[in-house]
Amino acid sequence: MKAALFIPCFVDQFYPEVGKAMVAVLRRVGVEVCFPAEQTCCGQPAFNTGYWDEARTMAKHYCDIFDGYDVVVSPSGSCTAMVRNFYPELLGEVRHASANTFEFSEFLVKKLGVTDVGAKFPAKVTYHDSCHTLRELRLKQEPRTLLRAVKGLELIEMSEAETCCGFGGTFSVKFPTISTAMDDVKCQSIVATGAQYVVSVDSSCLMQIGGWLRRRKLPVQTKHLAEVLAQT
Amino acid sequence: MNTNALQFRRATEAKAFDLDHRAIVVKNTNTYHAAVARGIARFADWETARCRAAAVKWEVMNHLDRYLEEFERNVQAKGGHVHWAETGAEASQIAVSLAKQHGVRKVVKSKSMVTEEIHLNPALEAAGVTVLETDLGEYICQLRGEPPYHIVTPVMHLNRAQIAKTFNEKFGTSLDATAEQLAGIAREKLRAEFLSADMGISGGNFAVADTGMIGLCTNEGNARLTTALPRVHVAIVGIEKLVPKLEDLALFWPLLATRGTGQFLTVYNTLIGGSENFHVILLDNGRTKLLADAEQRDALHCIRCGACLNACPVYKAVGGHSYGTTYQGPIGSMITPHLRGWQDWSHLSYASSLCGNCADICSVHIPIHHHLLHNRRNSVRQHCDPLIQRLMFRVWLWGVQSASLYALGGKMARLAIWLGIAQPLARAWTKRRDLPEPPRQAFRDWWRNNERA
Repeated sequence: MKAALFIPCFVDQFYPEVGKAMVAVLRRVGVEVCFPAEQTCCGQPAFNTGYWDEARTMAKHYCDIFDGYDVVVSPSGSCTAMVRNFYPELLGEVRHASANTFEFSEFLVKKLGVTDVGAKFPAKVTYHDSCHTLRELRLKQEPRTLLRAVKGLELIEMSEAETCCGFGGTFSVKFPTISTAMDDVKCQSIVATGAQYVVSVDSSCLMQIGGWLRRRKLPVQTKHLAEVLAQT
Repeated sequence: MNTNALQFRRATEAKAFDLDHRAIVVKNTNTYHAAVARGIARFADWETARCRAAAVKWEVMNHLDRYLEEFERNVQAKGGHVHWAETGAEASQIAVSLAKQHGVRKVVKSKSMVTEEIHLNPALEAAGVTVLETDLGEYICQLRGEPPYHIVTPVMHLNRAQIAKTFNEKFGTSLDATAEQLAGIAREKLRAEFLSADMGISGGNFAVADTGMIGLCTNEGNARLTTALPRVHVAIVGIEKLVPKLEDLALFWPLLATRGTGQFLTVYNTLIGGSENFHVILLDNGRTKLLADAEQRDALHCIRCGACLNACPVYKAVGGHSYGTTYQGPIGSMITPHLRGWQDWSHLSYASSLCGNCADICSVHIPIHHHLLHNRRNSVRQHCDPLIQRLMFRVWLWGVQSASLYALGGKMARLAIWLGIAQPLARAWTKRRDLPEPPRQAFRDWWRNNERA
């Protein structure tokens, strides 16, 4: 299978290792990948702040770039939700690229039927459900299924797995005190599991969680699912 | 920033890291969540129940004019009276006139958010009428001079010791009084008031069109005493509370009880109608503005179960009083700009991480977090957004339309973090969180150098 990569601006600029890890995993399971170089941002920051005209311009930009590919894979549940769930409302039509963009774990499990990518990662891990992945894309089991198949990995559920980390895009800087109070609740739940790593499919949540953990030198590292699955 | 937004910011900043507050709210919401899980398990198919409830409400909202007139006819047919109020002030005025007309000196009230919305108590007091809240939670609020913290559980932010302290200050009772003893004290005080009151004022959880009745749900039986003992009963009801048929309550009563408190049914479910001393004030107060908005009309489906407040991580962090509104939490943030103006209340639509838990648990399937997005768009359309933000997104759009400009912008941002220039500028982020370590190379550069060939 051939797939185009959509590397969201956030991952591109701040978490390139996540993109590289996704490329490695996809190739390992036999997917041929390409990276259309004109891609930039899906428009979610503008959309979520109320600037729908600006967001619409970017939605068209995205679809013009990706309409020519069978499937698009992205290492972000949030950006995938923007493209697949919100573009139709924004554009008033369902474009091919919008309907055929998949989140990374969703693509592996639901599109390819792959649950074991042959990874090995001997560590205690807890999984954070990112809100867009859980409640827009309705993906709860897919990332967990992939994690459970990783050799040596012990998955420990935290009590607040489904609770928002408090990032919320511009919310995190418009209301930093509320955002970090939510981060605090989330991180207490993470730390209480005794896990060495907190894993998610959204780097934005991991930036929020990691930002809190590092400031307080708490003994948990953040990792994107792709980075875990890339380990052999 | 307008005064409401500023008040919200100050209140939330004071509350978000108040760990005593957090502990009480977490304890109370955890008890609630456990009860609700048991309650929902009693339904054969909870999902169908909420879809059905949404469908009933959809029908009502799309033919509200007809159902309201049917309700009015049926109340009048049994000798009751219906009054129409376009604004909160008008509704209060009607209640005050009725009090004067009937020579009322004392009013007892059962729990009603709509009377909070229209500021009824101060209006009655200004007319020389004594007003007493009889719901235990509301009674405690009244003793403390506080508005309700939560639309269903007005004193969710207090623990037993704090309530005992309030009672001690007012009545000199023991600071060690148990919950049962405190309830007993309130009961004793309130019984005398019920017997001597001239008028009872209630809200209405439901208004039933085909029988001309209002449905009240309480756990303390105080609504029965409020509506039955005094000479006159005035019910103040928002026009969105209509259900078409009496039998609809077979669905809505358990639905409200289950999501509201985890009970299968509220302890006392009362239907009232059919007396000459029964007055219903039907209140608009901005609801028809929401009704006129086809995109967000379904927000009027809300049955005020309060579940979205308990599910909201923002509500739990900032508490009910921070909002400065009658209706708090996700549904309050969503409807308040419609009811009370975009300029003053748009900030609440932004005070959400859009996590969507509210929509997932909503008894009547209101996509609350999507409506918060619609509100943000509406507030930008009405130029309620800060100019600086508008300019920032103009510049952003200019940048992200070109891959090379975007890449340059990204490089500059990474460089700024690496040089330590970004940290003071990004104070909103960096006050309590670290920024990520900026990588030397973006993914696209890596791809170009390693993969393109």
